[in-house]
Amino acid sequence: MRRGWTLPVLAGLGFVFLYAPIVALVVFSFNESRLVTVWAGFSTRWYVALFTDRQILNAAWVSLQIAFVSATLASVLGVLAALVLARFGRFRGRLLLTGMTTAPLVMPEVITGLSLLLLFVAMERVIGWPSGRGMMTVIIAHTTFCLAFVAVIAQSRLRDMDKSLEEAAQDLGAGPVRVFFDVTLPVIAPAIVAGWLLAFTLSLDDLVIASFVSGPGASTLPMVVFSKVRLGVSPDVNALATIIIAVVAVSVAIAGWVLYRQARRRERRE
Amino acid sequence: MSAPAEGQGARPGLLGRLGFSGRTLVIAVPMLWLLLFFLVPFFVLGRISLSDPMLARPPYTPLFERGPDGSLEWLGDLENYALLWADSLYRNAYLSSIGIAFTSTVFALLIGYPIAYYIARSPEPRRTILLLLVILPFWTSFLLRVYAWMGFLQREGLINSFLLWVGVIDAPLQMMQTTFAVQLGIVYTYLPFMILPLYANLTKIDEAFFEASADLGASPVVTFLTVTLPLSVPGIIAGCMLVFIPAIGEYVIPALLGGPDTLMIGRVLWDEFFSARDWPVAASVAIVMLFLVVLPVMWLQDYLDRRGLKG
Repeated sequence: MRRGWTLPVLAGLGFVFLYAPIVALVVFSFNESRLVTVWAGFSTRWYVALFTDRQILNAAWVSLQIAFVSATLASVLGVLAALVLARFGRFRGRLLLTGMTTAPLVMPEVITGLSLLLLFVAMERVIGWPSGRGMMTVIIAHTTFCLAFVAVIAQSRLRDMDKSLEEAAQDLGAGPVRVFFDVTLPVIAPAIVAGWLLAFTLSLDDLVIASFVSGPGASTLPMVVFSKVRLGVSPDVNALATIIIAVVAVSVAIAGWVLYRQARRRERRE
Repeated sequence: MSAPAEGQGARPGLLGRLGFSGRTLVIAVPMLWLLLFFLVPFFVLGRISLSDPMLARPPYTPLFERGPDGSLEWLGDLENYALLWADSLYRNAYLSSIGIAFTSTVFALLIGYPIAYYIARSPEPRRTILLLLVILPFWTSFLLRVYAWMGFLQREGLINSFLLWVGVIDAPLQMMQTTFAVQLGIVYTYLPFMILPLYANLTKIDEAFFEASADLGASPVVTFLTVTLPLSVPGIIAGCMLVFIPAIGEYVIPALLGGPDTLMIGRVLWDEFFSARDWPVAASVAIVMLFLVVLPVMWLQDYLDRRGLKG
């Protein structure tokens, strides 16, 4: 199996399966025809259509704002939760907090979305806040489900890190707050960045939860795209997809290059 | 939240020495957020599942009503749950969700395993590049990856055009709006979740095992079946869980690729809420899903964790 041809062929077919739809999506975004499956010559008209579509542009701006705020809030709360679970030893409610930071990872989105919407409606009735639904309620919902992902990443980094660093700082007289900001935070910073990026992507990508908790005037990009593609294939969505794929591919390529260089440097040092 | 003496000194050093107020504050912030926005919503969900729908804002009946003599009268009932039990639509939706998720998971494993194994056996830098190629689609939009298949599967789509051109078929195949399309969509979008844990597990296996097996005269196929496969069971379990769990509650894929007869519970819940505007029935569908799907899954994960079987 290792030196034979079976494995490379099967793996190659797997990669074709992964990339064929993406390649087709990109190719047909440059198609002159509205029909997404008949090639009628090269054109960039769907990109022009995309960038003059106010609804899409507005939704993209709403989505970016929501993703930025939710990812940041989720990172702060997620790191706090991770810190509490990894460093605080025993306290009342520990099991509850553990459950509440892992359950969102397996919770179906329809349940999260529906239950949060019902909470917002009930809260509005009882205390008058949040009045109506919009960006604020989407941010709260996204923060809550992204928090769990950040907490998991930060927690595993906190478990792996050398605790003697924190102990040394403490022996030298640093208070707990100082230890956290001067020692712990710099060490786990890469994990927090990874968590923030994951939270940002998850928020930007979410359709189901946003559809439940969003209100008028706060349609996110996935909500607008979904209402478009429900009616069938549309080439300006292909153009949008191509832009997203290009941004992600460039970012992943840069990240890959940095990781590769780091690995090489580490190898050389050893 | 926490008694002042408790915990202090339970794990000496570091933040454990934070004063009572600081320590409690750090615990309280994430705890209160999650209590309010994660736990309390389930109680609201449970409460509304006991109501009846009503043309009002919000569209459900109150649980208590003040009688003429000023006493509180209980109005809640289990009617919605009785409906879920009596109407075969809901039962079939739960069963077919599990069936579709199961089939998709098996196919994701069959397609993902060779990819993971090939990457794990590749030298650097090819390994890193291939790994990034697997991760890349995951960072692009989920919705747009499902959408990509619409252009492939529709009546005038690429697959039908190709098959007609080659002459394998005389008339276009109906692929969109079928259960097959839903399964394909799930396999496609969740494949990275299958490959990554499998890869992580396969790279950990010591090469010496394969060499020993080969030295003892086992053919590559025998080595694979008797050495590689059993050693990769934790990776297989982890990958299958990551595909199976989100697939059950999936809404987007059946909504875009499935037909009217493709029943999935996430879609039933969505339609009850958005189309039928029946909030109480939607809430009871969610509660039943929680008990039939989410809690068993959490229990299983905990069980596998304790047995050390997860990748």
